[in-house]
Amino acid sequence: MNAPINISRRTFIKATALVAGGLIIGFSIPYAKRFLMPGAAPDVAPDGAKDAPKLPAPNAFLRIGSDNTITVMLAHSEMGQSIWTTLPMLIADELDADWSTIKVEHAASAPAYIHTTYGIQITGGSSTTWSEFDRYRQAGALTRALLVSAAAEKLGVAVESIKTENGFVISGDQKIPYGDLAEAAAKIETPKTVTLKDPKDWKIIGKATKRLDGPEKINGTAVFGQDIHLEGLMTAMVARSPVFGGTVKTFDATAAKQLKGVRQVIQVPTGVAVIADNYWAAKKGREALKVDWDLGVNAKLDSKIMLEEYRKMAATAGLPAAKAGDTKAALANAKQLIEAEYSLPYLAHSPMEPLNCAVKIEKDSCEIWTGTQMQTTDQLAAAKILGLKPEQVSIHTVFLGGGFGRRANPVADFVSEAVQVAKAAGVPVKTVWSREDDVKGGHYRPMYLHKANIALDANGMPTAWQHVAVGQSIMKGTSFEAFMIKDGVDATSVEGAADSPYLKSIPNYDISLHTVQATIPVQWWRSVGHSHTAFVMESLIDEMANLAKKDPLEYRRALLKDHPRHLAALNLAAEKADWNKPLAKGVFRGIAVHESFGSFVAQIAEVSVTDGEVKVHRIVSAIDCGLAVNPDSLKAQMESSVSYGLGAALQSEITFKDGKVVQSNFHDYQVMRMANMPKVEVYIVQSTEKMGGVGEPGLPPVAPAVTNAIFAATGKRIRTLPIGNQLA
Amino acid sequence: MITLNINGKEQQLDVEDDMPILWALRDVLHLTGTKFGCGMSLCGACTVHLDGQAIRSCITPVSAAAGKKITTIEDMQNQKIGQAVQSAWSEIDVVQCGYCQSGQIMAATALLATNQKPSDADIDAAMTGNICRCGTYPRIRAAIHNAASKLA
Repeated sequence: MNAPINISRRTFIKATALVAGGLIIGFSIPYAKRFLMPGAAPDVAPDGAKDAPKLPAPNAFLRIGSDNTITVMLAHSEMGQSIWTTLPMLIADELDADWSTIKVEHAASAPAYIHTTYGIQITGGSSTTWSEFDRYRQAGALTRALLVSAAAEKLGVAVESIKTENGFVISGDQKIPYGDLAEAAAKIETPKTVTLKDPKDWKIIGKATKRLDGPEKINGTAVFGQDIHLEGLMTAMVARSPVFGGTVKTFDATAAKQLKGVRQVIQVPTGVAVIADNYWAAKKGREALKVDWDLGVNAKLDSKIMLEEYRKMAATAGLPAAKAGDTKAALANAKQLIEAEYSLPYLAHSPMEPLNCAVKIEKDSCEIWTGTQMQTTDQLAAAKILGLKPEQVSIHTVFLGGGFGRRANPVADFVSEAVQVAKAAGVPVKTVWSREDDVKGGHYRPMYLHKANIALDANGMPTAWQHVAVGQSIMKGTSFEAFMIKDGVDATSVEGAADSPYLKSIPNYDISLHTVQATIPVQWWRSVGHSHTAFVMESLIDEMANLAKKDPLEYRRALLKDHPRHLAALNLAAEKADWNKPLAKGVFRGIAVHESFGSFVAQIAEVSVTDGEVKVHRIVSAIDCGLAVNPDSLKAQMESSVSYGLGAALQSEITFKDGKVVQSNFHDYQVMRMANMPKVEVYIVQSTEKMGGVGEPGLPPVAPAVTNAIFAATGKRIRTLPIGNQLA
Repeated sequence: MITLNINGKEQQLDVEDDMPILWALRDVLHLTGTKFGCGMSLCGACTVHLDGQAIRSCITPVSAAAGKKITTIEDMQNQKIGQAVQSAWSEIDVVQCGYCQSGQIMAATALLATNQKPSDADIDAAMTGNICRCGTYPRIRAAIHNAASKLA
């Protein structure tokens, strides 16, 4: 049996009767300060404070209606990762709820919903399930306790004689549905402690559970930001500078304003907004608009030249990120030496739903409808623009048509712009980005170049690892800088390299970073720094194994012998892929293993190369993420990560020429499509280790697993992504 | 004024002739199940049926639909193949973010209308114009096979 959790010390709870009858449960957990932003959580009392916290309505995590429905409020955003189902599973299990009565809503933007670790309302870092695992289970357990107390009072029996099952309180031969007890339960004094179920008693947690948002996403009724239509809502498109940092000199709206449906043309901080009756009119209006731009300092930007500059920078050590021993001396004494340079391009997230944001401004309030991963930042940005208090800005989170990090913008770019447009226009406005706006609009995964010199001893084992990474910092200039940049090193620039488990077995290493001072907007892209470091590290390990004439799996096992979770993932993948058995003629294997976001993933790719064409046939994935709360959504996330990461590795790149982004839409910013999608198998390590994430960790190993297989097939080492036509 | 037949219903719309069907559906009629993804017939999110054929509504003007029948995701539950496809989608739990899925389902139903037992290669050929950034491709493939067996 689990020990009771003392709620009052860790959490503030409020049970409230609903006007219409029913019960809502509100929790507020004092936040960690890691990502806390000034003004983000003004109404939450710190831990141990005497004053009861103010919990602004609506603040609940669940609501029981007198009709027996149980509505779960999501503190996080549903963007495909199935949190719409996973978080309700936590509540429903502890509550002994009838799963068929569960309904789900996105929570409001309010301090009660701030991330239990990051201190702002955010969905990111593959953190939702582990960060809510206690809070949502507690909400369920507490609600159950209140319902049981209410039933005991009503029936005049002892609490101990009551059990709960499938949405009913049961005492002897009496069965009372939860809905009938909700109102009475709201008046019961909140217990001081609550006991969570022993894992062996879980009925829902750990079981493959179908998505609750499936039906509406299959019949077209699910509402995304693009689908918001309000009375009097106009559609706006903004003409933005073709070069990052450019500004409007002058513009001529004469032709645009003559078009049917175009209502206003207004300059805003990010460009010139065309406000129209609908998207088609706004688009035609924007095409008819003539803007003379001052292109600014980036007018001659060229990513090829930038990469040359990165290469020069990599010749010298940067700021230290991790260091041990005497790397220089050990390199001088090397029996064998690897000297290699790797590079990866800028990448756009390009979620299927182009960015959009609907804004309605009133005298003392502002309402925003959008699919966002970071409500707090958006709320603060909107409040600042409008001179309102944060709590006067309401964000209605709707389904996100993909996020991948893009919808957690550190400067609230697409929300701020929409607020500026609505403010200037004086009418409710939905800004809509075209696909071209999305591809050219920045906030990319930064371009990176890595240079490594690695010494091997007579047995082919590494004795020294010197590594210089060069690229833009994601955190610099954002409100996260204070937490994420130490001594000039952005942790996300070197994560997966500076903290690599391989270094633990190497006596001498020197990992350093040159942070490039470019003004191209960059941002976390699914798996952040791991999206480039894993490719570099796992390719280098493969180069080392090859030079040492050792099997790449055995070589990794030797270096990772003290890392059981890496080993468990490697061993499971190797077993399921039949690593030691021959493949069909012309098909070759590559392997990679990487830890990110607290989870450990090994992947084995089966690849053939014919006339320079790469065909990926099969990817076998194994993951240790600790407890798998919903094994099927975990598998879906691993399939998704393979698709997203493999598409990028094969084809995607954002490049610059004459200051402008070269790519514009899916014909030249190419992504994974059905015909290129390999078979994906996912295996879960049965693990009771600490929980990690599942939204991102499946991505980092896929590129190196594939390029290592290409090396096995052709002897050609791919050191630059995308793979493109390098084998032609 | 143009008259469009949408999901069996005649509707009069006061729109420009060059307005793509997509925006007539979404912004004028508020039939928002059909999605905007690229505007250039590159991603398939906007797929609808025009006289039973899968077309990209983002580049097809309303003028091209005069006298023809437009069918959208909203009507799939009333059609035999649509029902089988939606039921297979549910069984396999295909969706993730869900944004592209209307287009995927419209493309899949059009495929099954002409090919009752598509092979993997047939599915690749018919579906490769429909992008899913969440990578639900393996499940879409499985769901199309599943729907085909339901209809057999």
